[in-house]
Amino acid sequence: MVMEDAEAPHHMLLLRNFMAQGLVLGQHLLYSSPARDPRGFLGTLPSPAASKDDKSRERDPDQEKGLRIAWQYKKYFGENQLDGQRDGKHEYSNEFDLRKPLERHFINGPRIDCVSIQDSDLSTLRDRCATFLSQFPRNDGSISCAGRIAIQSFCAPQCAYSNMEWDMLSFIRSLKSMVRSSNSVAIVTFPPSLLSPSFCKRWQHMADTLLSVKAIQDEDKELAQLLTGYQDMVGFLNVHKVARINTQVPVILEATTFSIKLQKRRYLVLECLNQAPVDGSSGTSYGTSGGCSSSSKTGNLDF
Amino acid sequence: MNQRSSNLLDEALGLDQVIEPWPLRGRVVAIEDQVETSGSFVLHHLLKRSLSPNSSNVTIFIAFSQPFSHYDRILRKLGCNLVSQRDNSRFFFFDMLKLQCPDGDEGITPEGGLIALYGKIHKTISALPEISWKNVSIIIDDLSLMEVAANGSSDYVLDFLHYCRTLTSEFDCSLITLNHEDIYSSEDRPTFFIQMEYLADILIKAEPLATGLATDVHGQLTVSNKGRNKVSNFHFKVKENVVECFYPGRS
Repeated sequence: MVMEDAEAPHHMLLLRNFMAQGLVLGQHLLYSSPARDPRGFLGTLPSPAASKDDKSRERDPDQEKGLRIAWQYKKYFGENQLDGQRDGKHEYSNEFDLRKPLERHFINGPRIDCVSIQDSDLSTLRDRCATFLSQFPRNDGSISCAGRIAIQSFCAPQCAYSNMEWDMLSFIRSLKSMVRSSNSVAIVTFPPSLLSPSFCKRWQHMADTLLSVKAIQDEDKELAQLLTGYQDMVGFLNVHKVARINTQVPVILEATTFSIKLQKRRYLVLECLNQAPVDGSSGTSYGTSGGCSSSSKTGNLDF
Repeated sequence: MNQRSSNLLDEALGLDQVIEPWPLRGRVVAIEDQVETSGSFVLHHLLKRSLSPNSSNVTIFIAFSQPFSHYDRILRKLGCNLVSQRDNSRFFFFDMLKLQCPDGDEGITPEGGLIALYGKIHKTISALPEISWKNVSIIIDDLSLMEVAANGSSDYVLDFLHYCRTLTSEFDCSLITLNHEDIYSSEDRPTFFIQMEYLADILIKAEPLATGLATDVHGQLTVSNKGRNKVSNFHFKVKENVVECFYPGRS
């Protein structure tokens, strides 16, 4: 589950990547949003970014003959590899080009189901999810196909059920149960400010994995001093909880806060935060600027 | 280290000395946790202890949170085989993942979800050999999801718990529950939560450290044992096959 920030729609960046990745890999998708026509959002899904390997394939064939390193074995895979594809199938990738829309044949296929939650009730949505997930029953055999469910802004005020807190909880519980018994994954985004604090906590406990996104203020000078690469950041992603299925051991990440960047305004990049180096040009240990040093001008981020 | 560390939690609960009769017999144990720090490992620990090969305990597990396979895999790593315990009629698993009380019928009629559930528990215990009646543990995971299943009727959930508590006196059962403290701390009138804490003979709170997350210390436990008039506080680290408990500064 992803907790949205009303200040900026960064959750949409995550949803776009999630949905595009599933379609490119040949997986089925159920997308639901408060929009009257959710299918319109599919046109904004990004295309896979060009693979870095494409450049390496332009090498001089004469040079390749003398190469002794392992990747020369690629000649045994045939000549029909394009853009990270192998045998016509896309390899798993997290890199998508936001400026290049996903090819139409991915969006127009029969593997996509869209549901508007503006006018429909929760039982209808539950039935649509159940029908969708029935295609991917979990058994002991191999996984033949998988499904992805993306529900955007689940408790948005446009939805008829948005003030029915217990019913929404019941739906999430039901969805969770269905997903657990199928080869599928679901992402639900919601604006926590629209829920009472108690129910917001209930939703958080429901999540297997819990994330939140936050907008970043433009021209925040204190943050600019504190963080490396601040000018490229559009927001923060926080990891509050990671799924613990079949285990009781909690996942302790090295970092729980990541910066959200749009590299060249095309690629969504999540990076661990790096503290800006302390300015040591004054020659003393405690300079007059820098996030970790004392300064003559005190700010609430100085320590 | 493992011997010592498991004894801190067992010691606080009175499980460090004897297994038979079950030290938690007739007691209500409430486990509370938060989003940042799950207390489910305490539930798994107590489940393992109750199914110890040296005891004749029978456990009824009411699962609103996870399917059987989840608990089975966790307990296997802890050295307990739930499948064989189930086959030997020492472990009864009630899968409540899909239980949803019909609207307006959260427990009023016998056909209502919670009444039916209580009836099933009572029937299961009554069907046991009389000698086993005094060694039954009822474990509920977790109460907040029971409220969801009851469409938010906390009063009916509380009634259900009161009925289960009568089993602690009628059959000398122990009742062990898990709930999420941070859900109720933001409520104006957390009646349900306060009543549950009042009912509990032993209160176990799992909380994050004040200093935040750490790889060597996953949180802190506070065990309030009303019967022993004792409060214990220690840190813990959860592993696949054991929970290490230690006093601060001694990891």
